[in-house]
Amino acid sequence: MTHGTRNLLLLAPAGTWFLVMLLLPLTVVLIFSFGERGTSGGYAPAFVLDQYANLPARWTAFKNTLTLAPIGTLASLVIAYPLAYYLAVKVDPKWKTTLLVLVIVPFWTSILIRSYAWIFLLGGRGLPALLDWVGIEDVRLINTPFSVLVGIIYGYLPLMVFPIFVSLDRLDKRLLEASSDLGAKPWRTFLQVTLPLSVPGVATGCMLVFILLMGEFLIPALLGGGKVFFVGNALVDLFLQSRNWAYGSAVAVALVVVMLITVTIYMRFINRLGVNREDVSMV
Amino acid sequence: MKLYAVFVYLFLYIPVGVIALFSFNAGRHASQLQGFSPKWYGKALSNPFVMDALETSLIVAFVSAFLASLFGTMAAVALQGIKGPLRKTFDLLIYVAVMIPGIVIGIATLIGLVTVFDLLNPLLAALWPDGATPPSLHMGMGSLIAAHAMFLMALVIIIVRARLAGMDRSLTEASSDLYATPFGTFRQVTLPLIFPAVLAGFLLCFTFSFDDFIIAFFVAGSETTLPIYVFSSIRRGVTPEINAIGTMVLAVSLVTLAMAQILLRRGGRTPK
Repeated sequence: MTHGTRNLLLLAPAGTWFLVMLLLPLTVVLIFSFGERGTSGGYAPAFVLDQYANLPARWTAFKNTLTLAPIGTLASLVIAYPLAYYLAVKVDPKWKTTLLVLVIVPFWTSILIRSYAWIFLLGGRGLPALLDWVGIEDVRLINTPFSVLVGIIYGYLPLMVFPIFVSLDRLDKRLLEASSDLGAKPWRTFLQVTLPLSVPGVATGCMLVFILLMGEFLIPALLGGGKVFFVGNALVDLFLQSRNWAYGSAVAVALVVVMLITVTIYMRFINRLGVNREDVSMV
Repeated sequence: MKLYAVFVYLFLYIPVGVIALFSFNAGRHASQLQGFSPKWYGKALSNPFVMDALETSLIVAFVSAFLASLFGTMAAVALQGIKGPLRKTFDLLIYVAVMIPGIVIGIATLIGLVTVFDLLNPLLAALWPDGATPPSLHMGMGSLIAAHAMFLMALVIIIVRARLAGMDRSLTEASSDLYATPFGTFRQVTLPLIFPAVLAGFLLCFTFSFDDFIIAFFVAGSETTLPIYVFSSIRRGVTPEINAIGTMVLAVSLVTLAMAQILLRRGGRTPK
């Protein structure tokens, strides 16, 4: 058996799997998005652009996603950066790994249970009851953009901390000493040395979190209570409630296209800053 | 600075801690602590719906993680020795599998498989001998395992490839210089070196599949996995029973993660 045939045999199962379970389904979505809704739901063959023309009907979902995903990403960044900095630069090396693992572990556990925890905390008998007790009455936290944002930060903070930590940890500490030896104040060293050198980590973290947020369903479903909904929630509604497969497919295609466009623009912007994306693996 | 870090850690751990605490609540109300008791665990574990869902989740997680580790490792090993269009195609497929949101994968698998099944079922019925009931393909555990295995395979290829890339080439070269067959080299040199990464990959796949809600929500058909059960119970209201199930789900992930971490550490220490 030659090298070539051996490699082909090794690749065959994975290749077939990707063909049947990835390419075929995605092609079906693309074809269906040009079709029509069947009389009893589902799909009826056609080649029309009606579904795409109808996209503005779901504008609110796209608007919410495109507002809360960037806000959530930025909020995670603002909270994550000081922690990553502390872990990479300030903390005793003895404790570094343990503390880092403690940040990452939640990310690998069920996002469903972690979001549920906030229903529990922000719901009527949680924090609002506590606030009521100290005299602040009628605070409504659950099912607001605020609760969705808390859920987002809680869910994705670890993913933001990790790449920033990696880029700060790799930073040559002698640069910081050189800067202060040359008379720079600490904040100036931070702004002119540390911050620019950590941009690759920041860029990676923001992109990872943003991409995942664009397809989010669970957090708005659990903490937004039908009032704050993302494209993901619209998709669940279209496929599992109204069973409008043609329109649902168009919304799904639109989501992927919007995602690709934003990520491309973002990459252009990052590349113009002259940074290469950091290779980061959380495992 | 230190205070800030403490605050962030509290933010990360208090919510899950509260869930774990209230899961031991003796009272019937979800949010009033009335003494400690493990009774909600007993209640959850004797609930047939919970046990059915748990069984489905465990089978799906085990089988899909196994398939993904096996085929993913095979692909990663082959990709190591390939350049050109085939390699580019696989790189693209892996990128697509990882980039496309889970919800879109779920939807696509649902309508893709239902369409294929609708085409195949009449065909199967026509081909089947008279008298015997023809098999009918439908969404269920099979489609769920296949869908999970797909994206997990991409994950395994990424992990094992990273391990292969970090491996010292001179080891395999020495082996073939000493007249080992390619398979002999693979079995006695490559495999022992990448095995910890493969096993760690298996464990990560297991937690991923066990915790996945969104893909399962679309492709599980009439089957219920544990996350689907929890999601629909949450919609009906917060109960101490969900707290107990949630705590157990977190515990399963934590144990699996700890094992994966130990394996990766050990793998990283092998001589280079």
